[in-house]
Amino acid sequence: MFEYYLSLFIKAVFVENMALAFFLGMCTFIAISKKIETALGLGIAVIFVLLITVPVNNVIYHYLLADGALSWAGLPNVDLSFLGYLSYIGVIAAIVQILEMFLDKYVPVLYNALGVFLPLITVNCAILGASLFMVNRDYDFGESVVYGIGSGVGWALAIVMLAGIREKLKYSDVPEGLQGLGITFITVGLMSLGFMSFSGISL
Amino acid sequence: MSLREFLNGIEPDFKKGGRFERWYAVYEAIDTILYTPGKVTVSSSHVRDSVDLKRVMTTVWLCAFFPMFAGMYFTGLHATIAMEQMGVEQIAGLRGAIVELIAGYDSANRWHCLVYGAVFYIPIYFVTFVVGAFWEVLFAIKRGHEINEGFFVTSVLFSLIVPASIPLWQVALGISFGVVIGKEIFGGTGKNFLNPALTGRAFLFFAYPAEISGDSVWTAVDGFSGATPLGISAISGMGDLVANVSWSDAFFGNIQGSVGETSAFAILIGGTILLITKAASWRIMLGTFLGMVGMSFMFNLIGSDSNPMFAMPWYWHLVVGGFAFGMVYMVTDPVSASMTNIGKWYYGILIGVLCVLIRVINPAYPEGIMLAILFANLCSPLIDWLVVRQNIKRREARV
Repeated sequence: MFEYYLSLFIKAVFVENMALAFFLGMCTFIAISKKIETALGLGIAVIFVLLITVPVNNVIYHYLLADGALSWAGLPNVDLSFLGYLSYIGVIAAIVQILEMFLDKYVPVLYNALGVFLPLITVNCAILGASLFMVNRDYDFGESVVYGIGSGVGWALAIVMLAGIREKLKYSDVPEGLQGLGITFITVGLMSLGFMSFSGISL
Repeated sequence: MSLREFLNGIEPDFKKGGRFERWYAVYEAIDTILYTPGKVTVSSSHVRDSVDLKRVMTTVWLCAFFPMFAGMYFTGLHATIAMEQMGVEQIAGLRGAIVELIAGYDSANRWHCLVYGAVFYIPIYFVTFVVGAFWEVLFAIKRGHEINEGFFVTSVLFSLIVPASIPLWQVALGISFGVVIGKEIFGGTGKNFLNPALTGRAFLFFAYPAEISGDSVWTAVDGFSGATPLGISAISGMGDLVANVSWSDAFFGNIQGSVGETSAFAILIGGTILLITKAASWRIMLGTFLGMVGMSFMFNLIGSDSNPMFAMPWYWHLVVGGFAFGMVYMVTDPVSASMTNIGKWYYGILIGVLCVLIRVINPAYPEGIMLAILFANLCSPLIDWLVVRQNIKRREARV
């Protein structure tokens, strides 16, 4: 059992990396990767949000939304899965709101550094993506916890690596037309090439 | 008139305001490769000896000649043996004409083998050099920086890690991607974060898998199919590998593979020179080696019934595939590796571990060293950051 969860975790971190294999959550990925410290903070916030939202959405899906999930309430023929997007986003928004209040009170430095991108985690596609993948692949509760952490760690790892590279690239001499976003996109593409080493691993 | 006087004579034409001002980069490159540059450091000095980046790069370039000649010989040897087996009398086109003119197709004759390998390798190197130099000079002139000898290294390394039978237009495409996207758009040597030669190779690997991997590309004869040792062991296990290839064959280079990677012996000679001249970091090299040994020991201990690669011992991992070549020439690239001394250990170990990991548990790629190095290149700035932060913490605690 442990081995199974471990392979699920490694798969979520490296093989199916949210940022570099699926290119999800690109807006924050590129916007908040100028400094390693900030990127690390955002990465941890994303891990935290994923760790909570994926299992919570898993419970909601299995006990409220899926076809026949309401049989415990005496309604075996009801299929509410069309409410999926709405409920997942709702859960994510609520969790992010709580996280924001928490950071504002206890870690104001990080709160200020993240700025508008903290509330924007709500619409970070990596986070909604993880919930949708969870539904799509029919994970049970235990799997969804592991998958939530794994995909969060993968995204955080990718953004911290990108921030490291971008701190190094501060000293490079990029042609005028490519400065800023252009070179960052190329960097992300090259990183994705490096992450190809894991694609195809079957655990 | 001596060469020095001639260069001095034409120098004003290339200076600012001169007739050939735009071509200053070319003049500068030729001048400094022939003579030690006259420029000296003026601010607080960091110079310890007269060896500058140019000489370091030239050393690496010269050291790559060992695997190059070994590779040409063994390419020729394999091809001529394959021809004898298949009953092919001669090869078509210009290559065949050259071989027949100065040598022949006798696999027992060393000169014949070397010439045969050369007619396949030299066009690859020539295309690599010309196309790569074109981009290098273009960017140097347009962006006003110097032409750097780092390109000599990139070109020779790139040409050594492609199969001998690769189409030449793909060589041109690969080196263009490596030099332009892997290096020049970041501002040239020292400002990139990936190894340019490997970037180009990886690009070709994913864009044209049929011409750069598989069984039929390694021998420079049409229609001959021979698997690399890694390919054999991934499919049918160590028993089959040992039955086909002896360890000393693999060590000296009598195996299938890309031109430069076959002979671990020649590579280690080059590596020794690099270590003695301090052109390469011994920390990275040793770290890579230890990481590989440790990881293969671990897989040997775990064992597996379904995956024969688990049983491959470390001394085989060292001699087959591109591990030795990567460890000596690719990993030690000072630009894309970690800069801090402690970071170099972590960086090396990461590569060794990842290489064995990909070889053993990733069925999609029989060889792992290229992607392991690229991945470690991505991590190296982060490793440095962690090491530096750790240092700051330790010193703060001391105060």
